[in-house]
Amino acid sequence: MTVVSLACVAVLLATAVVGMAAGRHPAGRPLVYGLGLVATVVAFGSAVAAMVAPPAAASEVVLPLGLPWLGAHFRIDALSAFFLAVVNLGAAFACLYGLGYGRHEEAPHRVLPFLPAFLAGMNLVVMAADAFGFLLSWEFMSLASWALVLAHHRDPENGHAGYVYLVMASFGTLALLLTLGLLAGPDGGYAFAAMRGVEREAGMATLVLVLALIGAGSKAGLVPLHVWLPLAHPAAPSHVSALMSGVMTKVAIYGFVRIVFDLLGPSPWWSGMVVLAIGGASAVLGVLYALMQTDLKRLLAYSTIENVGIVFVALGLALAFRSNGMALAAALAFTAALLHVLNHSLFKSLLFFGAGAVLSATHERNVERLGGLIHRMPATSALFLVGCVAISALPPLNGFVSEWLAFQAVLQSPELPQWGLRIMVPAVGGLLALAAALAGACFVRAFGITFLGRPRSAAAEAAHEVDRLSIAAMAGLGVLCLLAGILPGTLIDALAPAAELAVGGRMPAQQAVDWLTIVPIAESRSSYNGLLVFLFIAASASLAVLAIHRFASRAVRRAPAWDCGFPVPSPDTQYTAGSFAQPIRRVFASMAFRARERVEMPPPGDPRPARLTVEMHDPVWDWLYAPVAAAVGWIADRMNRLQFLTIRRYLGMVFLSLVGLLMVIALWP
Amino acid sequence: MALILDLLVQGAQMAVVLLLAPLLTGFVRKIKARLQRRRGASVLQPYRDLARLLRKEAVVAENASWLFRAAPYLMVAATWVAAALVPTFATGLIFSWSADLIAIIALLGSARFFLALAGMDVGTSFGGIGASREMMIASLAEPAMLLIVFTLALTAGSTQLATIAELFTRPEVGLRVSLGLALVALVMVAIAENGRIPIDNPATHLELTMVHEAMVLEYSGRHLAMIELAASLKLLLYVSLIAALFVPWGLALPGTGGGAYAVGLVTYLAKLAVGGVLLAVFETSIAKMRVFRVPEFLGAALMLGLLGTLLLFVSRSL
Amino acid sequence: MGDLTFDIAHMLAGGLVLLSFVMLYQDRLYALLNVYALHAVVLAASVAWQAFAQDAPHLYVTAAIALAFKAVVIPTALHRIIRRLGIHREIETVGGVGPTMLAGMGLVALSLAVMLRITPEAEPLAREDLAFALSVVLLGLLMMVTRRNAVSQVVGFMSLENGLVLAAAGAKGMPLVVEISVAFSILIAFIVIGIFLFRIRERFDTVDLHALDRFRGERR
Repeated sequence: MTVVSLACVAVLLATAVVGMAAGRHPAGRPLVYGLGLVATVVAFGSAVAAMVAPPAAASEVVLPLGLPWLGAHFRIDALSAFFLAVVNLGAAFACLYGLGYGRHEEAPHRVLPFLPAFLAGMNLVVMAADAFGFLLSWEFMSLASWALVLAHHRDPENGHAGYVYLVMASFGTLALLLTLGLLAGPDGGYAFAAMRGVEREAGMATLVLVLALIGAGSKAGLVPLHVWLPLAHPAAPSHVSALMSGVMTKVAIYGFVRIVFDLLGPSPWWSGMVVLAIGGASAVLGVLYALMQTDLKRLLAYSTIENVGIVFVALGLALAFRSNGMALAAALAFTAALLHVLNHSLFKSLLFFGAGAVLSATHERNVERLGGLIHRMPATSALFLVGCVAISALPPLNGFVSEWLAFQAVLQSPELPQWGLRIMVPAVGGLLALAAALAGACFVRAFGITFLGRPRSAAAEAAHEVDRLSIAAMAGLGVLCLLAGILPGTLIDALAPAAELAVGGRMPAQQAVDWLTIVPIAESRSSYNGLLVFLFIAASASLAVLAIHRFASRAVRRAPAWDCGFPVPSPDTQYTAGSFAQPIRRVFASMAFRARERVEMPPPGDPRPARLTVEMHDPVWDWLYAPVAAAVGWIADRMNRLQFLTIRRYLGMVFLSLVGLLMVIALWP
Repeated sequence: MALILDLLVQGAQMAVVLLLAPLLTGFVRKIKARLQRRRGASVLQPYRDLARLLRKEAVVAENASWLFRAAPYLMVAATWVAAALVPTFATGLIFSWSADLIAIIALLGSARFFLALAGMDVGTSFGGIGASREMMIASLAEPAMLLIVFTLALTAGSTQLATIAELFTRPEVGLRVSLGLALVALVMVAIAENGRIPIDNPATHLELTMVHEAMVLEYSGRHLAMIELAASLKLLLYVSLIAALFVPWGLALPGTGGGAYAVGLVTYLAKLAVGGVLLAVFETSIAKMRVFRVPEFLGAALMLGLLGTLLLFVSRSL
Repeated sequence: MGDLTFDIAHMLAGGLVLLSFVMLYQDRLYALLNVYALHAVVLAASVAWQAFAQDAPHLYVTAAIALAFKAVVIPTALHRIIRRLGIHREIETVGGVGPTMLAGMGLVALSLAVMLRITPEAEPLAREDLAFALSVVLLGLLMMVTRRNAVSQVVGFMSLENGLVLAAAGAKGMPLVVEISVAFSILIAFIVIGIFLFRIRERFDTVDLHALDRFRGERR
């Protein structure tokens, strides 16, 4: 299996070279995306095969690359097999979408070389089995995605996004470097196999946990390290945005899981509390940010932060259960996390593809200038609707299943012995519920303003449906969302080996349960059957339609809208995205973002228009980043003088630092 | 044979909720009218309204999409399925395990999702205002409801409604502070979710503060009938839910035969009547809130749910 | 002691906490007083139940005192004060109901954690009662902190005292003398505060404590 996956990576790297050579050629696009599609589909098949029949431990491959005494270790176990499947599934759909969508690309030579390289990097991170290879592939993945963010680099906003992304990615990699260095210890056991099972003292474990949370969390977009994400993800072309949001954040989650659950070994009980707090905050703040956005792609990027928060809440629960030896509950929470990873990669890719379709049809990302697209883009809008229902955690689609499992895990937590956890978990459960409800509001707004109502601009009025390949990619994802929603039992069983590896327990097998129901603990405690719910809804809806059309009236008359008797033809009278968010802004954002509204009403007789200004502050930016940036600027100003010294002084400084270092060595105990 | 009987009981439950829902709405209206010293329409009036609406042609706005026409059916379907899973006269029905309490709430969430979208479809300002406010209310009511579910589930050790209801019929549950808190919070959420006074006025059509009626302003004919039916079903669902959880006595347990079902049905009707009267009295004695008082009202419900959960989490250790 | 005894005591004490939250939520003065009166009635019932449960007749006296003074005399007197001050229509601007309630939740969680942790060997009845009592005290303090109006601060103070009485009733062997003296000191405090209210009002023409801050030059 490992060899097959590595071969796929090699094909992807070769594709990157092809992309570099044929970037400007019209044949380059189908060639690169076609090759990428084939490679990722094969890699997906091999990952699924590895999940179904986990390979023996001997399947580790060592290539003579990298550090001479270490080589490059690659290994696929149950955990990496699952993440490989997620990565390659998303990648395959992105390639399929890119086949059609790439036609609208203005600068294909800036996308085609880097996209396969990005895919290869993500594959390598998940397969790497030593610290060196992991960090190198991580950095490779970051740089390739950074190049893709800057694909349209002439836009000043994108330049800023690329800058912030580069800074945050370097910072995150630094944290991961330190994490893995600490794990390797002074003896330098850089292979993952050597790191496992080493006894570590509590202080060291704490440090590793915090650093891993910073390193992987900054890539995954946890609050407060999320600032780069809503800038960088939307800046890339849409299928790349889908990859970054739907897949790359999952690779970051993989990094966290690998380090904390696998390599670190037992962790202190409060580590769960830290992860829970950060996850809960990310979930609620992410969706609140998303509710305030008017840029469709940025809205989706913020909603990624929310979903990553949900995953981390489930991971925090799993950590808390694991450190108290509750293997069954830990497996439940961990399975919920992994299932949400998969689900989010499905519906977020779908939504970004939809946003890309809207962008290519209207050249507009601002929802305030869209509207009425459901008439002009029927297929896209129906599929986008599927994604919206799924991400809002509504049955019978897949988002609901993973959140339901997370709630079931929350309900297991009164058995926890620690007071702090016992008080915190219900509060976090409430936050999770709040995030789910706000996500519903957010996606009613996103879909309603973009696709429903009347067109708010000429571009929206002249929109047309996108090409078939793009629609095929979206339809495939939509079908998978439905399938994962109504047949979750199969998925849960497939995740059992990964859960066993990470938390040492597994959920009861779902295959044995009748009617494809899922039963996390016992049937008397809770069960959910997505298939039956779906069938019931379909049956009763069709029953209602049939009965009414058979026995009652089926006459329809089209007429102007009623609107309480005063319909105004101008589309400006519709509710806008800003006005839709206003009640929620008043309730939540006045506290979270210090949102203030100011109305300037000119006196009677004055022809100037009245104005409503909304002022919002990002607390994270104001309190964390602005001071840091100011401090860096201040130091840089002071250090600026160093540029204008004489040679003698430079030599003196070098000399002084040498002496200083020697003194440190001399005085070191 | 047993399977057929079980299916029949399940079918009877689905028929009962569908048939009784308009009656409950009419009953509440009648009691309210009597309390206001009006004679009021007959309790059967909602049925007549529905029949009339079904016979009329549907007037659809020119730029309405397929979503506008599909949403009423989806709403009715989701609400009906949810209502069919709540124990009314009997518990432990054959399909009751297909969705637990969390899933029932999420099903209602699906219905609301489509209603809000339908409100925005025509592109009028009233539809938008209704959808926006409905989602604001939902964003507080749903977490409150889930915290209530946590409280119940932790007390009963299950999120299955049938299990919870069966457990609560036994005396050993006793009086619990958290259950009391959950009851208060559940009533508050139920009032908000059904758009009753003081949150929303189901009888108004020309007020800027309206929520539910603003969303359905463009509907007519059979579509409007579906939406009215879904609203009635939702009211019935919440009354049944409160009855099944907090006054579960009289519910027919599985496998107890026809007599128990008859008793269950009679007590269920009595519970509905009491619930309807209480709702009417409450609505008559209180004034409608400003829209931005609603978050405080629901925030209080949220707090109560959280408090109940917290108490249970902590008192588990005793 | 049967299960039901425990359940009812638990229910009443929990009801007190709930009413404390209602007071935090309520910003109209008359309604606040009514809730306060109800608070006192529930307190009296709770103390009486403790008297029955512990078989301690002197607690009935405490319950009677609570019922007479706190549920009838003080609310009536405050009603009259409000009417005479003419502030019955004043709606207080509390610093946001949501944050206050959240803070209240945090306080309840805190008191539960603290009380249940430091009294592991006491009997469950007393433990829960003490935890609830501490919550009521903390919520009363919170109310005093978050209110601007002097009258509602008085109500917060009184509800705080109710929490103390609940704690005293829960702890066995609290002599009657102590309780009576506490009740009297509260009464005196009430009278003193009542006089102060009128003095403040004479001076500054308002009972909004904001005004006092202004005279001290503390705010703006």
